Amino acid sequence: MKKQIVILGGGTGGTLTANRLRRRFQPDEAELHVVDRDDVHVYQPGLIFVPFGLADPDEIVRPRRRQFHAGIEFHESDVESVDLDADRVRLADGTVLPYDALVVATGVRLLPEETEGLTGAGWMERVFTFYDLEGAVALREALERFDGGRLVVNIADMPIKCPVAPIELTFLADWFLRERGVRARTELVLSTPLDACFTKPIASKHLTHLLREKDVELVTEFSAGEVDGVGGKLVSFDGREIPFDLLVTVPLHGGAAYVGRSPGLGDALDFVPTDPHTLQTHAKENVFAIGDATDVPTSKAGSVTHFEGELLDGNVARYLAGEELEPSFDGHANCFVETGFHKALLIDFNYDTEPLPGRFPTALGPLPLLRESRLNHLGKLMFQWFYWHALLPGREIPGVGSAMPTAGKEWAALQGGTR
Amino acid sequence: MTTVTIADAPVDVDDEGFLTDPAQWNESIAEAIARENGIPELTDRHWLVVRFMRDRYLQTGTAPSIRALGKESGVPVKELYELFPKGPAKLAAKIGGIPKPHGCI
Repeated sequence: MKKQIVILGGGTGGTLTANRLRRRFQPDEAELHVVDRDDVHVYQPGLIFVPFGLADPDEIVRPRRRQFHAGIEFHESDVESVDLDADRVRLADGTVLPYDALVVATGVRLLPEETEGLTGAGWMERVFTFYDLEGAVALREALERFDGGRLVVNIADMPIKCPVAPIELTFLADWFLRERGVRARTELVLSTPLDACFTKPIASKHLTHLLREKDVELVTEFSAGEVDGVGGKLVSFDGREIPFDLLVTVPLHGGAAYVGRSPGLGDALDFVPTDPHTLQTHAKENVFAIGDATDVPTSKAGSVTHFEGELLDGNVARYLAGEELEPSFDGHANCFVETGFHKALLIDFNYDTEPLPGRFPTALGPLPLLRESRLNHLGKLMFQWFYWHALLPGREIPGVGSAMPTAGKEWAALQGGTR
Repeated sequence: MTTVTIADAPVDVDDEGFLTDPAQWNESIAEAIARENGIPELTDRHWLVVRFMRDRYLQTGTAPSIRALGKESGVPVKELYELFPKGPAKLAAKIGGIPKPHGCI
């Protein structure tokens, strides 16, 4: 009998999963539906370049529907809720989609209004985020006008998408302001609720060193409770203050709102509890999840979604065939970290192995890990082509597999370097 | 990892003082760790948070982040910071005898 598969979300995870499932099943074997609230697919790794004029919005945006293989039905509507007992999804436009298997791929939602004062006076005037297109464009204008003072980059709370992005933004701001000759009269500050600039100790050490080299003040264990956009200060829950002239914040993140409207699907923050190795949710056996929407303990990043995607379609098919799922996802993440001046670092890690120095093997030759290089910067720029032409269509990217490669890593760095 | 004596009981701790085996924990140990970290007395509100963190860890293998803690325990984040100065999630975990939360990746 023809199976009905519904995918919520037409971003990175939803698109590549739909395309891989379309290839896996004949048209008479499965019907595929993808739901998204709009038709705007943003290449999110490109957002970091927008504030510095290194990418234009129209270079990183394409229509969602155009990324799907033939034979995938796209519904442009918000999701009202998922009824786990009845195995069906209700859309905001009234459509009801019953399913044999459901894939949750709706990513995260930015929640700036959850931080007191953040969206009050000064929002989008001297307080910005670059985590969406509108914010990134507004920040570009503010940075063009910026003539020195205190530029503060703040992470409201974890988890966030791409935990290295605020660090990259700081590095690029340093570069941008030096090029414009205003760096000398700028104090650059990065504040984080973590006890270091990054979540993993060895990479944190390298990145902290770079921050120091670039004369960035790092404030740790700073949990932002309140933003005063008029007075220009950030106040932590325990009463510490960071004054700013320009604030770039990464707001609180939560899962999609419909998750909260669907009893049994998500946790307190609307993320979907998911098995970290099979990607089946704990909500119900016919519900799977991919990418930022899950609670699996690895970075919320496109690379993770990509690696998850290479095994998710297989597990959905195994479930539909009544077979045992393969617990093969290892938490692999692979991220370029722009450091300014046309250079970047590369980090590669999984659930068990933190980012280590060494070399990352690719089909085009090895890339240096945890070291600044022009090659990594070129890799980051080139990746956008692979994103639209290989990753979203669900093709393998040559030499970059789902499992983390162990070759090339300097395992000796683990000795004494970490707890 | 080292073995130390807290409230007359030998316990295994990591180099930041978090218990590595939650089974070695008891309420006297909690009170002793609290005193050592600037909380002279654990009130009912403290216990509510400590028990919530501990139960959640024992059930799921991970402790909630500060924000999830605020939403689920019913104790607002601001009060969490008053109860456990500096890092509520970290300190409540330490007092509750569970490993340091890694909640954030």
